[in-house]
Amino acid sequence: MNVKDLIVSCIHRSTLQVFSTMLGEELLLAGVATERDSQEVRDGVVSFVGLTGSWAGTGSIICSPEMACRICAQMLLTEAPAVNEEVLDAVAEVTNMIVGNVKNDLEPHLGLLGLSVPTVVYGRNFRARNARHSEWVVARFAWGDEILTVKLSIAPDSAKTGEGVHAASTSFGEPYALDV
Amino acid sequence: MQADILVVDDSAAIRKILQRVLRQTGMAIGTIMEAGDGEEALARLQAHKVDLILTDINMPKMDGLQLLGRVKAAAGWEGIPVVMITTEGGETKVAEAVRLGAAGYVRKPFTADQIKEKLAGLLEAALST
Repeated sequence: MNVKDLIVSCIHRSTLQVFSTMLGEELLLAGVATERDSQEVRDGVVSFVGLTGSWAGTGSIICSPEMACRICAQMLLTEAPAVNEEVLDAVAEVTNMIVGNVKNDLEPHLGLLGLSVPTVVYGRNFRARNARHSEWVVARFAWGDEILTVKLSIAPDSAKTGEGVHAASTSFGEPYALDV
Repeated sequence: MQADILVVDDSAAIRKILQRVLRQTGMAIGTIMEAGDGEEALARLQAHKVDLILTDINMPKMDGLQLLGRVKAAAGWEGIPVVMITTEGGETKVAEAVRLGAAGYVRKPFTADQIKEKLAGLLEAALST
């Protein structure tokens, strides 16, 4: 199994589990891709959680404002008519749980990883890019008519490759020897 | 007799969910206090001793492991059971929490049954002392 397949499998399992347990909702995997940082501007809610260790990167969730409100309403059993602090906090926590569980699943293969506290952005006409590594494994999930995008960009940390950690190609498409 | 609980998490969403879940369990729970980080939790404890602490690990200012260490080192608080509730599943964090004296560990995402299973015995013991 290569790194991309492993990440897809971890994202899939983690996202379904978080939505099922915390929101009582079932999502459907609608597509998987490997993408570079997009140059296009976007609107909506984007959250990030950093991963550090022998491999380092970022996990991210992207959804519409309407879906963010729906996540909050379903998770907290409350009214969420517009994006507010509570909605952003709910999206941050969902991101933390999804990426945190992906991290836990990746650790046996990639070594110990640290998790940052999440950051959430809500706005219009913005662009986000990963300063270190621009290739993302992207999984899209359908929740009714809406799409939730969960993506992860991770690569060996060059500063730590001399410490006996996994050194590998940073291309997700290339095979990487993993004992899975 | 009812047990007072301190819930510590930097996410207001999780604190709100835990308030609801704890009430749903049907356990004998009195006041549920909240704190957004370890420092705030220590301030709450100064004002109101509780029967159990439920804390996240990854938090700003003072994280859950630091909070656990401070509680276990403080005379009068060392007997309060502290249960860690977190996405962290790494063995190093678990081992560190156990070494510091954590009474239990719940992984996020969690169900009400998992919370009840982990806390019921601890609350019963806390109320019987």
